[in-house]
Amino acid sequence: MGANIYKNKKPLTVFLLPAFLFIIVYLYYPFFMNVINSFRKIKTLGQMQAQWNDPWYTNYVELFHDPVVGISLRNTLIMMVVTIIGQVGIALILALLVDNIKTGAKFFRTVYFFPIVISATALGLLFNLIFLYDKGMLNQFLESMGKTSLTDWKSEGIALFTMMLPVMWQYVGFYFVILITGLNNISEELYESAAIDGATRFQRVKYISIPLLHNVICTCVVLAVTGALKVFDLPWTMFPNGMPLKTTFLTGTYMYYQTMIAKDVDYGSTLAIMLVVLGVVTSRIVNRIFKEKDY
Amino acid sequence: MKKKKYSISSALIYLVLTVWALTTIYPILWVVQNSFKAKDKILSDSFSLPVGDLFTLANYRRAFGNLNIFGAYRNSIFISCMVALVVVVLAGMASFALVRYQFRLRGFLQSMVVAAMMFPVFATIIPVFRMEAGWGIANTDSWGLTMLSVILPQIAGNLSFAIVVLTGFIRGLPLELEEAAYMEGCNAFQIFFKVVVPLTKPSFATVAIFSFLWSYNDLFTQMFFLRTKDMWAITRLLNELTSMEGTNYGLMAAAVTLVVVPVVIVYIFLQKYIIKGMTAGAVKG
Repeated sequence: MGANIYKNKKPLTVFLLPAFLFIIVYLYYPFFMNVINSFRKIKTLGQMQAQWNDPWYTNYVELFHDPVVGISLRNTLIMMVVTIIGQVGIALILALLVDNIKTGAKFFRTVYFFPIVISATALGLLFNLIFLYDKGMLNQFLESMGKTSLTDWKSEGIALFTMMLPVMWQYVGFYFVILITGLNNISEELYESAAIDGATRFQRVKYISIPLLHNVICTCVVLAVTGALKVFDLPWTMFPNGMPLKTTFLTGTYMYYQTMIAKDVDYGSTLAIMLVVLGVVTSRIVNRIFKEKDY
Repeated sequence: MKKKKYSISSALIYLVLTVWALTTIYPILWVVQNSFKAKDKILSDSFSLPVGDLFTLANYRRAFGNLNIFGAYRNSIFISCMVALVVVVLAGMASFALVRYQFRLRGFLQSMVVAAMMFPVFATIIPVFRMEAGWGIANTDSWGLTMLSVILPQIAGNLSFAIVVLTGFIRGLPLELEEAAYMEGCNAFQIFFKVVVPLTKPSFATVAIFSFLWSYNDLFTQMFFLRTKDMWAITRLLNELTSMEGTNYGLMAAAVTLVVVPVVIVYIFLQKYIIKGMTAGAVKG
């Protein structure tokens, strides 16, 4: 009976066309154009005609000769590890702890999630003030603790740490909420019967919560890895142009740098392709390692 | 004896949780309190409250005098409202059709939506810019066209995620109500706008808020399309502030406060929808 209403297919076009027009014109077409662009010679953004590169794969050869590509790839891989261990790890610990308390769970959820709604640009400026050499919040704090020399948080050795800490911090709440939702879905009876059998709190976490969360954790790890590839705003606000000495570039910020600052548009397109390939490969690998399990 | 042990471990748990909560709350409070202090006081005495001699409004006077903050707010809110509105309407219609109609291309269109979510904005932005420049809407001096040039790619960027979330919700609706409306003589559009939309209002709100926030905070697209000062949206203005007034820390604290506070207020009131919306599909990073 229900199928009758939707037998008439005429309204279908009106419902679907606008949305799919947007998706095709603004996502699919540009994506394929971008592949073509990476073989061309383009020096200004708005330019319409362009010649082919000679030989056509020049940009792809350049990828292997450009030392900054290596740096940005290395940094992006570190970023992935940081997001997996830092974001998902901390979020998991916090979620397990919140799951064990009676009151205040809602409060912690609200507070932990809150950095995500704030623009990463604003957070970038905020962390610039915190990490300021002479003298931001952190150096003032260390001084009051009795440290005599100032730490330059943006100098070469420590810059990566300074860049990744805020990125990690911002998204812990996101994974926390996903994990806590997963924990709430585990039935209370399991815990109760384990308690009757004499399991300690720690044992209940280890033998019930963690195994049952496996698939949720897997989702989180995939999200963290692909999210690490998309990081742009915070690093760009805190360390524009890969300062110091181009050591803090990530693949995304380097792509922006080549396109907008160095005006090498076709090379920027090539870097974007590299980013997509990297995204597909890493999420494949993660999926293979954390294979979904059925319980 | 056993009772006692439990309360100690509970206290420990609360301690750890509170420490992390402090790391998310305190930096914001710190920047707000320092926005009321002079620059040299921020650098020497940033932990005390801005009372008595420490208190000054100079940063805010300067912020409103030198920076076109209201203009940037207007641009931001205009862009984000348009994005949210169009995304909700278009994604709602498309999801409704994808859930309720049986047709040949359905499976293909569904996987097209999911695949579109994988394209990072980095990989599409350059051709989009050239396309819009070719149409004459990007890289112009007109305010309206420039706003449009940002709004359109942001709509596209949010659509696929919104469709994925909304199809989930619409699929959960019972068919009986739509059948009743059909019996009363409603056509498909009336069913959609008078039955489906009112029933799924909370999920539409969720998607709208999500799109709004995503657009409000998206610096990357703004960097490409908003070229001149009076067209900057709020995140773009903040980003330029670092290069223009990099050492004026009081002004920076004031600007951060001005951008963050409205969002925090909105968040406190709508947090249920926001948290749900940003984790519902859980696919967009």
